[in-house]
Amino acid sequence: MSHESQAVINEVSEDSIRKKPSSFKRWSKLLLRSKTGTVGLVIVLFVFLVAVLAPVLAPHDPAAINAANMLKPPFWMEGGSTAHLLGTDNLGRDILSRIIYGSQISLLVGITSVVVAGIIGVTVGLIAGYYGGFIDNALMRLVDSFLAIPTILFALVILSVFGPSVITLIFVLGATNWVNYARLVRGEVLTIKERDFVRAAHSIGVKSNKIITRHLLPNVISSFIVISTLSVATTIILEASLSFLGLGVQPPTVSWGSILSDGRDYLATSWWLATFPGVAITITVLGIIFLGDWLRDVLDPRSKAK
Amino acid sequence: MSEELLNIKNLKTYFHTENGIVPSVDDVSITINKGETLAIVGESGSGKSVTSLSIMRLIDSPGKIEEGEILFNGKDIVPVPMKEMRALRGNDIAMIFQEPLTSLNPVFTIGNQMSESIKLHQKKNKKEAKKLSIEMLQKVGIPRADKVFDSFPHSLSGGMRQRVMIAMALSCNPQLLIADEPTTALDVTIQAQILKLMKNLVTELNTSILLITHDLGVVAEMADRVVVMYAGQVVEETDVFTLFQDPKHPYTKGLMDSTPKIHELKDELSSIPGAVPSPLDYPKGCRFIDRCPFAMKKCAEEHPNLEEILPKHSVRCWLHEEKVVDLHDTKSFA
Amino acid sequence: MTQNHLLEVKGLKKAFDVSEGFFKRKKQFLYAVDGLDFFVDKGETLGIVGESGCGKSTTGNLIGQLLEPTEGEIIFQGEDLTKLKGETLRKKRAEIQMVFQDPFSSLNPRMRVFDLIAEPLRTHQSLSKQELNDRVHELMDLVGLNRSYTNRFPHEFSGGQRQRIGIARAISLNPKLIICDEPVSALDVSIQSQILNLLAKLQKELNLTFIFIGHGLPAVKHISNRIAVMYLGKIVELTTKEKLFQNPKHPYTEGLLSAVPIPDPMQRNVEDRKLLEGDIPSPANPPSGCNFHTRCPYAQDICSKVEPAFEEKEPGQYAACHFPLNDGKGIISPKKEMLIGNGIFH
Repeated sequence: MSHESQAVINEVSEDSIRKKPSSFKRWSKLLLRSKTGTVGLVIVLFVFLVAVLAPVLAPHDPAAINAANMLKPPFWMEGGSTAHLLGTDNLGRDILSRIIYGSQISLLVGITSVVVAGIIGVTVGLIAGYYGGFIDNALMRLVDSFLAIPTILFALVILSVFGPSVITLIFVLGATNWVNYARLVRGEVLTIKERDFVRAAHSIGVKSNKIITRHLLPNVISSFIVISTLSVATTIILEASLSFLGLGVQPPTVSWGSILSDGRDYLATSWWLATFPGVAITITVLGIIFLGDWLRDVLDPRSKAK
Repeated sequence: MSEELLNIKNLKTYFHTENGIVPSVDDVSITINKGETLAIVGESGSGKSVTSLSIMRLIDSPGKIEEGEILFNGKDIVPVPMKEMRALRGNDIAMIFQEPLTSLNPVFTIGNQMSESIKLHQKKNKKEAKKLSIEMLQKVGIPRADKVFDSFPHSLSGGMRQRVMIAMALSCNPQLLIADEPTTALDVTIQAQILKLMKNLVTELNTSILLITHDLGVVAEMADRVVVMYAGQVVEETDVFTLFQDPKHPYTKGLMDSTPKIHELKDELSSIPGAVPSPLDYPKGCRFIDRCPFAMKKCAEEHPNLEEILPKHSVRCWLHEEKVVDLHDTKSFA
Repeated sequence: MTQNHLLEVKGLKKAFDVSEGFFKRKKQFLYAVDGLDFFVDKGETLGIVGESGCGKSTTGNLIGQLLEPTEGEIIFQGEDLTKLKGETLRKKRAEIQMVFQDPFSSLNPRMRVFDLIAEPLRTHQSLSKQELNDRVHELMDLVGLNRSYTNRFPHEFSGGQRQRIGIARAISLNPKLIICDEPVSALDVSIQSQILNLLAKLQKELNLTFIFIGHGLPAVKHISNRIAVMYLGKIVELTTKEKLFQNPKHPYTEGLLSAVPIPDPMQRNVEDRKLLEGDIPSPANPPSGCNFHTRCPYAQDICSKVEPAFEEKEPGQYAACHFPLNDGKGIISPKKEMLIGNGIFH
């Protein structure tokens, strides 16, 4: 929000005016009013802290192989020990430590690739929807051709050309994702463009770039947020399947996806290998979705969250 | 002496929203006699539409009829079960809405929808229902009625659709027709046709009409008696001639002064300042106080009751408490 | 015609492509506006009335440069707007502003009042923060909005107040011409008169020129000096308010006047009102000849064959009719009322 309005509202003193409190105060107040929002934020902050503090928190080296300790169950089961709270995997590596370290890559890949995809997709969608005509047609055919390539095939090609690394992984995931945003945003823009306030902006002579950034973007952002929080989840899982094919992060780096796919073979006998990274993914994704939901409400001035 | 068809007693319909209770209809009492046209006039938020939906028992959650009786032919229809209510709707009480396109199902033909309700309510077979439908379509002035019978709603103009709605509503000979802003969505030359049609049908079929409108012109043309609503309550009630000649509530007077006078060249348009108060936060005293040029101390302190200040002329206003004041020549609105 | 008109419209047409189907060879066009000629003088209000499909809003959008005309000229201060492009056109927009019908959809729900009113100023002028503040406050005072509302969002306002925000935006750049596209038809009666009175007040104070589009004669009558009546894309009659209401020349004007319900129950049974029969034909398929002949009570053979010219039937009274009414039934008797001068209402 502009500084001008802030200044103005400070000038007007008494009256029954709704004053605009400082941003931080306002946001924290809004957050506390929503239970799901608070829960979401707590979860996301927690996971984030775990990722940052991984070297301090992890009880073991996530890559340390210990043949004597193979497939130990979690501590509360028979044969488990408090040394390995969530048990060990087929190579005797500590699962808890692996999950703690895995959070780094999973969050990094999940969130950055969605951000990258979002920036590309929203931009393309806004431009295609706003200008229409030839530009729209050209961009949308490009989107269609991206959609026509199977994700895995695309990933295979890119990763085998550039070699698997975290950067290429983010690029691949971002590149397959942006088309969804582009289509979604374009559709929204097409309807919003017909609303009177956009016509009103035109009649004033507002420049195209201002119309896009001030009138269209703020009105499409909420649907974008909903979809993108959901797709952080699918991205984490997609990364897992790429890891399963050996195209994801390479050992000794770990991600939740790679732990999950490592554990798949042992589901029948040692369930904890795949279950705990799965739980970590689920909780994180839920947290992000809660936060996204709340964010969408807060960003909408009409919402009751105010 | 005219017979009472509908008698609403102290109706309260509240909506329980997240922000609090909205008293959309707050202690409203209205009677409609047989063969009479009663108009409810009010602006948005006055509760006029909720009153009509309450009569039809079409109030959905979070709305609820909290208190009051709706006597139809002497029987209270508030407690009757939904099944019985459905039989009453269409058969004895019919309703037409503002937007005829949304009240017709787009995927069925006009004939299909008309004969459906006739078959349901009058126990007629398909052939009889079709015959009656076409008769009704002719009666409301639809040319080539048999063709229209087989057409879909979207292929008709707005005026034609409203005629179809009226034909449907009247096909079961209801005793009461509720018309909620029946001509607001129509063009003015078409509105004139529809109003004339309704007037003729009422005389012919002796149907009572509850006409809900914001347009004083429509009221002046159609109504026998008028109820003026403001902020969920009746503020004035009398016959149409008295109301226009001698309005007693400042709101009624303000409404008349702010209606453009089409038949006079020189028109001074006064307006009622401000806006309708939020239903979540009605003033303690009179609900019109913030906009009233006559507001007194008492108006802020005590909520006025609807009093019969002259024979058959009730007003909810403290102004007439001691002696009846003539508002007619006052130019109190800016 | 002199060159002194603020706005002059010549042969204005707008066709929309309504060809159906993907592979249909034959192109079909709907002429929403089909050959308009009129002018607007500085300081006056030209009312445009008509029923749905008559092209009145399209006319507003064409003059407001929201639509590109298919044919014709829009000469504004001696310059043909249809020839302007890009940046010159964008700058020109500051001088022609619009007030829209629906105050609920014409304000961006995500912008605060201050930014809404400041938007035109930021677009066309480079004001300092303080100047911008002052100007926005001044505008809010002018349209009767409380200054303390600057930080609110549109949804916190009633329809009337939102329309005031829309008007503040429209007058912010001191435009020469304001096109009001049914600015009160979405509002309650008591609020309509507030907005009409506000527009009249602003016109007087700021010496504004209005094109006032409305579907109802009552609102248009109140504010207009001259009124153009449109039917199916054409102007059928254009004259001063007094002549139009006292002695209409075109049968459609007569019917339109008769159809307005009179807010006086004493006049309800006057049976000599001329109610028009039939429906408004689809503008996609207008009748031949005079396009009103299907509903005209006075239609003759020629009316279905030859289109009547739009010409001056009496000084200052233009109509498109083969048989203009001589004793057209207005709803105001000329004897009862004295003529009043242009623009003086109060």
